[in-house]
Amino acid sequence: MRGADAIVRALELEGVKHIFGIPGGAIIEVYDALFDSGIRHILTRHEQAAVHAADGYARATGRVGVAFATSGPGATNTVTGIATAYMDSSPVVVMTGQVARSLIGNDAFQEADITGITMPVTKHNYLVTDENEIPKIVREAFHIAGTGRPGPVLIDLPKDVTTAEIEFDYPDRLNLPGYKPKYSGHPRQIKRAAELIMKAERPVILAGGGVILSDATEELTKLAETIPAYVATSLMGKGAIPETHPLSLGFVGMHGARYANYAVQESDLIIAVGIRFSDRTTGRVSDFAPDAKIIHIDIDPAEIGKNVGVDIPIVGDAKLILRELIKHINHRKRKEWESRVEGWRKKYPLRFRDDGRLKPQYIIQKIWELQPDAIVTTEVGQNQMWAAQYFRVNRPRQFITSGGLGTMGFGFPAAVGAKTAFPEREVVDIAGDGSFLMNIQELATCVDFGINVKVMVLNNMFLGMVRQWQELFYDERYSATCLKCKEMSFEKIAEGFGAVGMTVEKPSEVEDALKEAFEIDAPVVIDFRVDRLENVYPMVPAGAALHEIIDEEV
Amino acid sequence: MRHTIAALVEDKPGVLARVAGLFRRRGFNIESLAVGVTEKEGISRMTIVVSGDDRTIEQVTKQLNKLIDVVKVSDVSENSVERELALIKVSASPQNRAEIIEIANIFRARIVDVARDSMIIEVTGDEDKIGAFIDLMRQYGIKEVARTGKIAMQRGSKSLE
Ligand SMILES: Cc1ncc(C[n+]2csc(CCOP(=O)(O)OP(=O)(O)O)c2C)c(N)n1
Ligand SMILES: [Mg+2]
Repeated sequence: MRGADAIVRALELEGVKHIFGIPGGAIIEVYDALFDSGIRHILTRHEQAAVHAADGYARATGRVGVAFATSGPGATNTVTGIATAYMDSSPVVVMTGQVARSLIGNDAFQEADITGITMPVTKHNYLVTDENEIPKIVREAFHIAGTGRPGPVLIDLPKDVTTAEIEFDYPDRLNLPGYKPKYSGHPRQIKRAAELIMKAERPVILAGGGVILSDATEELTKLAETIPAYVATSLMGKGAIPETHPLSLGFVGMHGARYANYAVQESDLIIAVGIRFSDRTTGRVSDFAPDAKIIHIDIDPAEIGKNVGVDIPIVGDAKLILRELIKHINHRKRKEWESRVEGWRKKYPLRFRDDGRLKPQYIIQKIWELQPDAIVTTEVGQNQMWAAQYFRVNRPRQFITSGGLGTMGFGFPAAVGAKTAFPEREVVDIAGDGSFLMNIQELATCVDFGINVKVMVLNNMFLGMVRQWQELFYDERYSATCLKCKEMSFEKIAEGFGAVGMTVEKPSEVEDALKEAFEIDAPVVIDFRVDRLENVYPMVPAGAALHEIIDEEV
Repeated sequence: MRHTIAALVEDKPGVLARVAGLFRRRGFNIESLAVGVTEKEGISRMTIVVSGDDRTIEQVTKQLNKLIDVVKVSDVSENSVERELALIKVSASPQNRAEIIEIANIFRARIVDVARDSMIIEVTGDEDKIGAFIDLMRQYGIKEVARTGKIAMQRGSKSLE
């Protein structure tokens, strides 16, 4: 068969059901092979969106997402998508077309060195130089993307590799001597960790995206209940424990609740699971949880000790390690600690000013009340932080956001991916006006393929998060952050694409508009004209410690 | 502190770029790098001299290990034989030629090429020895120096795999 047929056959054998992408000359042969396949191809309107969609698909399902692009500009358009997946450890396989082998290095038409370009933002990548290696490389790529600490893998396919004839033989064994993720934790380290936990008076579990990737949420909740210990998460860790659970403190960090930040700072033991201690989570790292010993469980040994010093490292899979760890723990109430944390929780709840204007926080609260089980994706900026604060996630893979790279334009195509995987579930993109514009062309994809996601634009006509920083730290000098554009209407834009658009200006209209949107069997965009100058609080200023969190008067 | 790291890598296109890119991107400082084939087909050995505190070196080792094409990483700074090789083209007149050869002999260096007014000397050894030899040659006028990166192997019967 042709190399192209081998690629499609290998994808079928990997269980791929959906591919997101855009064709072009260099990858036309693969698209030709795809034409006869049962795999459904979703034609996105931008390659960046194709990768975000594959990423959203992966985050919603836990399976590897797949994206296609042609050579040159198609390939370079995937870079932001790949970097986004890389920073959040999302399993994605991207296949790009490439000019024929004889032309590589000649600056041929639509040639780009995409393996060179993506080296720093992929877990691994391949330039296929021998057509007979196609089955082996596809097999390896899926394995590498989906196991250990997941991440994106790119396969670059020279055109003549896809047209060449090969004998298809799918390997059942892998030969990757340099790739051996360690799954089970060291028993002695686990014992030592248990001893430390038993002695702790103020333990806090810090859960990251690794808990969700390893499908360890049940174990994590059980550990929390057994100790008992409060659980704070990173942004990526939302869903590691139901956020309505009495032990949940929500997320911690720059815009986490005050009680979560105080609990972490005052703790005497941090049990960190699948988390990489990013600066957005730790605040000023030299003053992070100053009295706490730290147990760090992670599958990636390079994360241990990278950002904070660790007392007990345990390398391995969170699920397996937590399962073992729980066996060594006895329940012991910590009354005093509990009453302190509950005191903070009472005294410093998340709140916003109710002054009759349309508040973005209120809209998210309403979305949550109406659709608590919806899959929520976010864009980046204030919208993202409000979504994280007010949408209380009750299960893993429900909250999908670009945490590490903070990519504006991620949420909408990610929603397309999630909805493709779960057409029967409500999928909501909580968007900012600036971010939505960055991949708004995907409305065409939604209409084309009947992907009925609901986009809630918290339209402040600002690059709001940047404007907030300018207000607080740059004397209200709003340099290049105003997006006000009188004639622009997201309602009309949506209609122009053949989707449904609505505009909401008053708080009293919110609930009805949302209900209507959730009833409509079509992609819907609601343009919420929110209070333009609303800020995200509480907030840890850049460079401050977690307990130096500031709040507004309400 | 300087460390010598030995890495066994799969002999694949791009593997050098992966390693070099990793060092650049994470801000690790390569002082020298030597690459060559090994006794095993398809496996090359990289010897990397890198400077940094213990935490940096730990990160270097761990990040190298994460590369799929890297099979084995080992810190061989302690208890090992270390060698570099240098070719030195030095000005040599009929008057001082004998003197230069005498110094070369003391260093067990070899004369590998002789021209009318210069010669090429090959010297191997650890960094200090080569440095000392080059210093001594300066008085005659060094025209060119080519030096390899360091290679290293730990003493004793244990091998890297
Ligand atoms: C691709 C990209 N460009 C720039 C930024 C920097 N940035 C972070 S938040 C933000 C403003 C986002 O505006 P909007 O989507 O309207 O969200 P809001 O903060 O107003 O809710 C910007 C420009 C980014 N994160 N991503
Ligand atoms: Mg905005």
